[in-house]
Amino acid sequence: MTEAVTNTGGDWLRLIVGLILVLIFSQLNALFLVWLERKVAGHIQLRYGPMEVGPHGLLQTIVDGIKLVGKELITPFKADKKLFVIAPVLVFMPVLVPFLVLPFGPELIIRDMNVGLLLIFAFSTFSVLAILVGGWASNNKYALLGAIRSVAQNVAYEIPLLLSVMSVVLMVHSFKFSELVMAQQRIWFIFLQPVAAIIYFICATAETNRAPFDIPEAESELVAGFHTEYSGMRFGLFFLAEYTNMFIVCAVATSLFLGGWHGPFGFSLGIPGVVWFLAKTYFLLFVLMWFRWTFPRVRFDQLMNFSWKVLIPLSMLNLLVTALVLKFV
Amino acid sequence: MTAVYIPALIYLAVTMGVMAVILFLSARIGRRRVTREKMLPYECGMDPLGTLEIHFPIKFYVVAMIFIIFDIETVFLYPWAVVFRDLGWFGFVEMLLFTAVILIGLVYLFRKGALEWE
Amino acid sequence: MELFLFVTFSALTVGSAAAVVWHPHPVKSALFLILSFFSMGGLYLLLQAEFIALMQVLVYAGAVMVLFLFVIMLLNLKPRGEDRAAFKVRVRWAVPLVLFFVGGVLTAVTGALARLAPAGSHGPDWVAAQGGNIRALGRLLFTRGLLPFEVTSVLLLVAVVGVMVLAKKERR
Repeated sequence: MTEAVTNTGGDWLRLIVGLILVLIFSQLNALFLVWLERKVAGHIQLRYGPMEVGPHGLLQTIVDGIKLVGKELITPFKADKKLFVIAPVLVFMPVLVPFLVLPFGPELIIRDMNVGLLLIFAFSTFSVLAILVGGWASNNKYALLGAIRSVAQNVAYEIPLLLSVMSVVLMVHSFKFSELVMAQQRIWFIFLQPVAAIIYFICATAETNRAPFDIPEAESELVAGFHTEYSGMRFGLFFLAEYTNMFIVCAVATSLFLGGWHGPFGFSLGIPGVVWFLAKTYFLLFVLMWFRWTFPRVRFDQLMNFSWKVLIPLSMLNLLVTALVLKFV
Repeated sequence: MTAVYIPALIYLAVTMGVMAVILFLSARIGRRRVTREKMLPYECGMDPLGTLEIHFPIKFYVVAMIFIIFDIETVFLYPWAVVFRDLGWFGFVEMLLFTAVILIGLVYLFRKGALEWE
Repeated sequence: MELFLFVTFSALTVGSAAAVVWHPHPVKSALFLILSFFSMGGLYLLLQAEFIALMQVLVYAGAVMVLFLFVIMLLNLKPRGEDRAAFKVRVRWAVPLVLFFVGGVLTAVTGALARLAPAGSHGPDWVAAQGGNIRALGRLLFTRGLLPFEVTSVLLLVAVVGVMVLAKKERR
């Protein structure tokens, strides 16, 4: 509430400019990530990837985006028109909310809320909802199957994700991002909570429907999963949301386990916090892309069993052990 | 109070606006040619087979309901994690009891085979 | 401004709740319920209860409603047809029932308020002194609300068993 008191009129303009900058950043970033994904994929397979537009094809995805705007928006005859149109908007809205609380640097948090971390989790559930609505409204069996799989998967990996994050919160006693990051000035939490960090990253991969957990959009069996019937910019919104989501989960991982804007072991090496933060986040994004070309897709039963039988008990145990250790420290 | 959230609302309004513009432009620029084949559900170029009435295993519902139960458990963990330091051993035992009961539920589910997939 | 937000959120909550009942299509009905829960979260925010607001969104609008939609979509429920006579019968029963429940809830809430919060002792100042919403809630929940909290775990266990029993019955 202190924020409300200190927030005077002059602050307002700055805030709104900041928000719009974040909006632009998040979208350029998503386009950049698409390019990066194609580059990483290319080089892992000993190809170049996009090379034609701009230096090393850097402008390729921007051109692609412009092309996408010019594409026909197809609404199938039997689709539920209203819901079909709403779903891409619904998937895109919540992915912009987390930028309000992400700690890019010591002075670069738009709103350092008490419940910052929870805000991200609360809104992340909305993408599942949008996928379900879009898949169902398409009136296409592949879309419906993809949507259903997506829900089952997200639901299974949400619990261990929350539990693993909770062990970090237990050490800091706060959901506020600034406090979570400040607590890691000396030592990053990945060294104190390695189990939680690994569980978090596995779950984050699953929550963003990334390979090897890309069952909801397994192209060899489900065409394109929940967005089979979407074309043009409607598809574009799903696509942008997906890459923005990847950025968010990696940014959260950075601030929870990799010390956020801090350098390793208290050495900042004169590099500004925001550079540290972005470097670590992009490194995690690179790992996420690396996964895709390293691990084959898991089977659905393996996917479900792994979460309920391994990750959930393990994360609960990790939480209890953390609590016990904290009592003796 | 509201001063904190009004910028957030403006932000949401701006994003809505941007999206509306993108979709509007897209609808305007994109050509539109309606053909029967294009508007059918996409099934790799074939005429759609069968209906959408796929029967899903009951397992999906079971898992969804179990998820809610565990989700509620984690909801109780949030305030606990924040006040853990102040509660002392008392808080630890409290949560141990709570988690133990939940774990009994999880073990029960394992034994009943609710979480077995094929 | 606060009044404006309050009116907007309230209207959204009540309006979409009405739409849940009126809309003939089950899927859209469920979506309106999500909107209703969501704007209820907005109302909690206005009460400075950020934690409850987020839980409202996370648990109800997120988890519970996704399950509802899931079930409706999987069972492939069709829009219900016009059945005026049955509807009238339902209204005849619904009105007294609603009044009864509203009365019950009001009595319970006012009774609980009188007992739990002696005027002003747990106001915004107290919450701020506790270091925010979650801390204040946690301190109360894990000391004064200890018994209800532990009983909740048993309730959740009962729910787990209930799910299994229902699922088993279905399989036969």
